[in-house]
Amino acid sequence: MTKPAITLTRPKPLGAASAQDRQTRIAARNVTVHYGTKQAIFDVSIDVPERSVTAFIGPSGCGKSTFLRCFNRMNDTIEGCRVGGKITIDGEDIHDPSLDVVELRARVGMVFQKPNPFPKSIYDNIAYGPRIHGLVKTKAETDALVESSLKKAGLWKEVADRLDAPGTGLSGGQQQRLCIARAIATGPEVILMDEPCSALDPIATAVVEDLIHELKEQYTIIIVTHSMQQAARVSQKTAFFHLGKLIEYGDTEQVFVTPQDPQTEAYITGRIG
Amino acid sequence: MTTSTRDKVKESLRRRNRAETRFRAIGAVSVTIALTFIAILFGTILSRGVPSLWQYSLDLEVHFDAEVIRVPEAPQRAEGQSDADFEAQTMGWQRRFSMVNWNALIGAAVNEAVGREVESRSAVSIVDSAARFVLRDAVLDDLSLIGQTRRMTLLASADADNWAQGRLSRDLPDERQQLSAEARATIDALVEAGIMQRRFAWHMFMNVDSRSSPASAGLAGAFVGSLYMMLVVIILAVPIGVASAIYLEEFAPRNRFTDLIEVNINNLAAVPSIVFGLLGAAVFINILHLPLSAPFVGGLVLTLMTLPTIIIATRSALRAVPPSLRQAALGIGASRTQMVFHHVLPVTFPGILTASILGVAQALGETAPLLLIGMNAFVANIPATPMDQGSALPVQIFLWQGNENRNFFEPRTFAAIIALLGLMLMLNALAIWLRNRLERKR
Repeated sequence: MTKPAITLTRPKPLGAASAQDRQTRIAARNVTVHYGTKQAIFDVSIDVPERSVTAFIGPSGCGKSTFLRCFNRMNDTIEGCRVGGKITIDGEDIHDPSLDVVELRARVGMVFQKPNPFPKSIYDNIAYGPRIHGLVKTKAETDALVESSLKKAGLWKEVADRLDAPGTGLSGGQQQRLCIARAIATGPEVILMDEPCSALDPIATAVVEDLIHELKEQYTIIIVTHSMQQAARVSQKTAFFHLGKLIEYGDTEQVFVTPQDPQTEAYITGRIG
Repeated sequence: MTTSTRDKVKESLRRRNRAETRFRAIGAVSVTIALTFIAILFGTILSRGVPSLWQYSLDLEVHFDAEVIRVPEAPQRAEGQSDADFEAQTMGWQRRFSMVNWNALIGAAVNEAVGREVESRSAVSIVDSAARFVLRDAVLDDLSLIGQTRRMTLLASADADNWAQGRLSRDLPDERQQLSAEARATIDALVEAGIMQRRFAWHMFMNVDSRSSPASAGLAGAFVGSLYMMLVVIILAVPIGVASAIYLEEFAPRNRFTDLIEVNINNLAAVPSIVFGLLGAAVFINILHLPLSAPFVGGLVLTLMTLPTIIIATRSALRAVPPSLRQAALGIGASRTQMVFHHVLPVTFPGILTASILGVAQALGETAPLLLIGMNAFVANIPATPMDQGSALPVQIFLWQGNENRNFFEPRTFAAIIALLGLMLMLNALAIWLRNRLERKR
């Protein structure tokens, strides 16, 4: 038993169901990833509960981003990358040949490390996904969806009067929230976030973290982060990865306060990483 | 920081600064040398080409003497005569005008202008030999001219132009002069009287090439031939090249076969252009039996030559697209095709445009492969279709450069080069304008 390495800044909301009580939305079983002959992920099994935030932490190169990218099969786009094992979302195998990867990515949105809005208008950034998936037919529907997505991402007030302006002209934090709004617009169940705040300043980070906190009421969120404070602040579950292996997975509080594995303890107290 | 460290840094800083100064000096010298050569190049082209855009012509009072023109009345259509028969009769009547001794009228007009009797061959040698067709066509246009006197502007002959422009030394002995002493004296008198004047040579852009009347020879045939070839290259090479580049870069699997294709494309870009001419002669003419000297075939050969350039440049433009944009598109659930066409191509478009223009401009200036498919043949027509015989601007320059009347044609070669460069500049300006417009739009 050690002293808590990190103080939790956000107390668990009163009366909220603990993460354990929630249904499992994503289940990974014995997942392996190879880049060519190099193995990046070793037999990882994990259950991600619905409507909560799960944080993946670990030192650089531990494979947490690689593992995250398994859930929307973004690894398929990398030459020479092979994914083994089984991943199900709501019991449905995401590698099922009958499931189109395009459909999967509409259901599993992704936010990247560096804000990457399309070089188009703010409006078109949001409207693009719904349009290609056929979610909107009329201009009125599109307008409504753009507005609701931007509102959910907390960006509406800032950009409502300049939807035609290029998305790349926004500030870094606004761009990242635009990317979140873009991901929300296709009506996903799961949102993957790959170090979404690493390119943002502390104020923009706080805004995005508040947003994540709100979004978890509706979406299942998995966030990869380098910042343990951030993991502690936003997540209900935390998974610690090291050298491609899942070392420890549990409630965030438990992982940070009473880590079971000496490697986890070493990492969160700053001795490795 | 200790003193010794600072000294060492200072010493190394001196060395670094020296290296930098040296490198800058080398750069400045290189740029100066390059600019000097460009200045010499353009200086030569302009100083020699621009004056030849003005040519001497004569304002002569031509008397359309009915005694000389002696042609019967135009045939009237007889009762029951067939269309074909009447047409043949009319054509025969028109042909008689070509047999009229128009040179007699020209000689008389020259005599009239200088106010004395000039030996007839000398008088006629001052005027371009195509002038007789100008008179014939004027009469055919308006038969009432016969018996009247009309002021006609006729082009001076190439030799007369040479003499009047001072391209020939006046000190050369008689036997080395192109024109007789009498003709030369007449020219001087005509220039003195203001009857013979320099005018802008519009005909150089309106007429086709001519060997019998070099003064009125023009670039129109070659210009149209070049336009047809560019059209063929733009229609074939640009879509095929861009599509190949997109497929190879975005869709094709990476394996030994695509590696082989890649190596071959890179090698093809380095193949001397004349080899493509040989290939064209062998395939398009010997096997496919396409016509010789046709701009269409020239366009095909240039397409082959241009494809590697366009493919390589387009691929490098595609490769420059940041991966984050691709990830953004894929992450939102775009298919590969949607990613390429909705996101990658729009941002690559300026690069692809530049690649295409580079390729087309290269094709436009190419001569060697065209020689092997017969496009250096003398063609005195504007090709009506790309399948007709035609020439091309660079080939026309090559042909004029080899003309035996060097005094007259060498400056004209430079004028033709100006036309070619002008066409290329226009093409490049169009591309830059398009690119800026499209970039602003984003």
